[in-house]
Amino acid sequence: MSGTAPTFVEAALGGDRRALARLLSAVENGTAEGAEALRALYPRTGEAHIVGITGAPGAGKSTLVGKLAREFRRRGKRLAIVAVDPTSPYSGGALLGDRLRMRDLLTDDGVFIRSMASRGHPGGVAAATRDVANVLDAVGYPLILVETVGAGQAQVEIARLAHTVVLVEAPGMGDEIQALKAGLMEIADIIVVNKADNPAARITLQSIRAALGRDRSAGHHGAAPSAKDEEAAGWDIPILQSSAIENRGLAELADAIEAHRAYLQRSGAWENRRRRLARADVEAWLQRHLLALLERRLGGGAVEEAVEAVQRRRLDPITAAGTLLDALLRAEGER
Amino acid sequence: MRKIRVLIGKPGLDGHDRGAKVVARALRDAGMEVIYTGLRQTPAMIAEAALQEDVDVVGLSILSGAHLSLVPRVIEEMEKRGISDIPLFVGGIIPPDDVPKLKAMGVVEVFGPGTPTQTTIDFVRRVVAK
Repeated sequence: MSGTAPTFVEAALGGDRRALARLLSAVENGTAEGAEALRALYPRTGEAHIVGITGAPGAGKSTLVGKLAREFRRRGKRLAIVAVDPTSPYSGGALLGDRLRMRDLLTDDGVFIRSMASRGHPGGVAAATRDVANVLDAVGYPLILVETVGAGQAQVEIARLAHTVVLVEAPGMGDEIQALKAGLMEIADIIVVNKADNPAARITLQSIRAALGRDRSAGHHGAAPSAKDEEAAGWDIPILQSSAIENRGLAELADAIEAHRAYLQRSGAWENRRRRLARADVEAWLQRHLLALLERRLGGGAVEEAVEAVQRRRLDPITAAGTLLDALLRAEGER
Repeated sequence: MRKIRVLIGKPGLDGHDRGAKVVARALRDAGMEVIYTGLRQTPAMIAEAALQEDVDVVGLSILSGAHLSLVPRVIEEMEKRGISDIPLFVGGIIPPDDVPKLKAMGVVEVFGPGTPTQTTIDFVRRVVAK
């Protein structure tokens, strides 16, 4: 098994799209082969601009991502799209329908689209989304658009996985703006009100401007800084309008995304974001290694038993996790 | 964690996607990850999606009567991409006389109207297990 990984890695690096597709599956499935490939590829990562596209279900993310990708293609940029859809908590299955709205791109050699199911991971992305983006980065896609599941307030994990976060809003959600303020709105680097062909878009736009303390009297330069990073103080969150259906506002959105990257690099914030991504990678693998080690040393049932005990309220999760860790340390000490 | 990944595609120009959606939903409810391409896909689009998504099996829904011209073109596009090892099945309105012809082209199975969804689910599991 381990013998095949380097071949796949070499083939994928050489532009073999099927080898790339298979690598992505190996990484997504968390196989040993996938981990080995990631290890081999990681030194080549870190060049791509990773852009998260998030927003409520039905805001038009998929259509917008498709049209945005076409705009970047017009500018001569190769890109990859990772589209995450939810896994059913009941059946474990998923219907991945984002390609449906990206038909212009489906036979374009400069675009690679991969659908992912969330597979039970909370936060709006899948557990392996970051790994999949890393592989696409390593094989040379300079721009990676990551579309999250239709997201609510707390699904902010995309901020840990992307350099730039685009929040897609749709008209008719104006009364929810306040609710969104503390969650998604806070992680946005760029806000775009989609479906601007709808007359209610103007009201949504005004609510967002007001929520960000940027009503007309304050003028464009009276922008409230993002609370996210100190370094973001120099970035006025653009509030744009688009109509993916009418092909409006796409060039402006692409401009804003490129401007944000330029801003991050100019201000030094790019390194801070890279550090955040590196931290996400290390923490994710630390957790995986720890769980794998627990299973090896204590048997596969140990974690499940703890979960069961917590479920029945015989144990609290703090004690359960502590007990597992103690048992692991003892087992390691006896070796 | 490995999941069965299935592509359900609708090549050609007929606009009847009820059957494709029923099958897609049944496979999803059986715990599979179903990539649904939507209507009016060209054979190249379907083959390219199958490649990028690294699916285990491809299902085509065809109700236009054009199966004898569409299926070979999908197979040709799959061959062009080196993915003709991915099993292909067809669902839709296929006259009985055409079933052996499709199978001779390399289609593994053909499902007509009224096929219980469980039959399709069992078929996909069997063909992937091989």
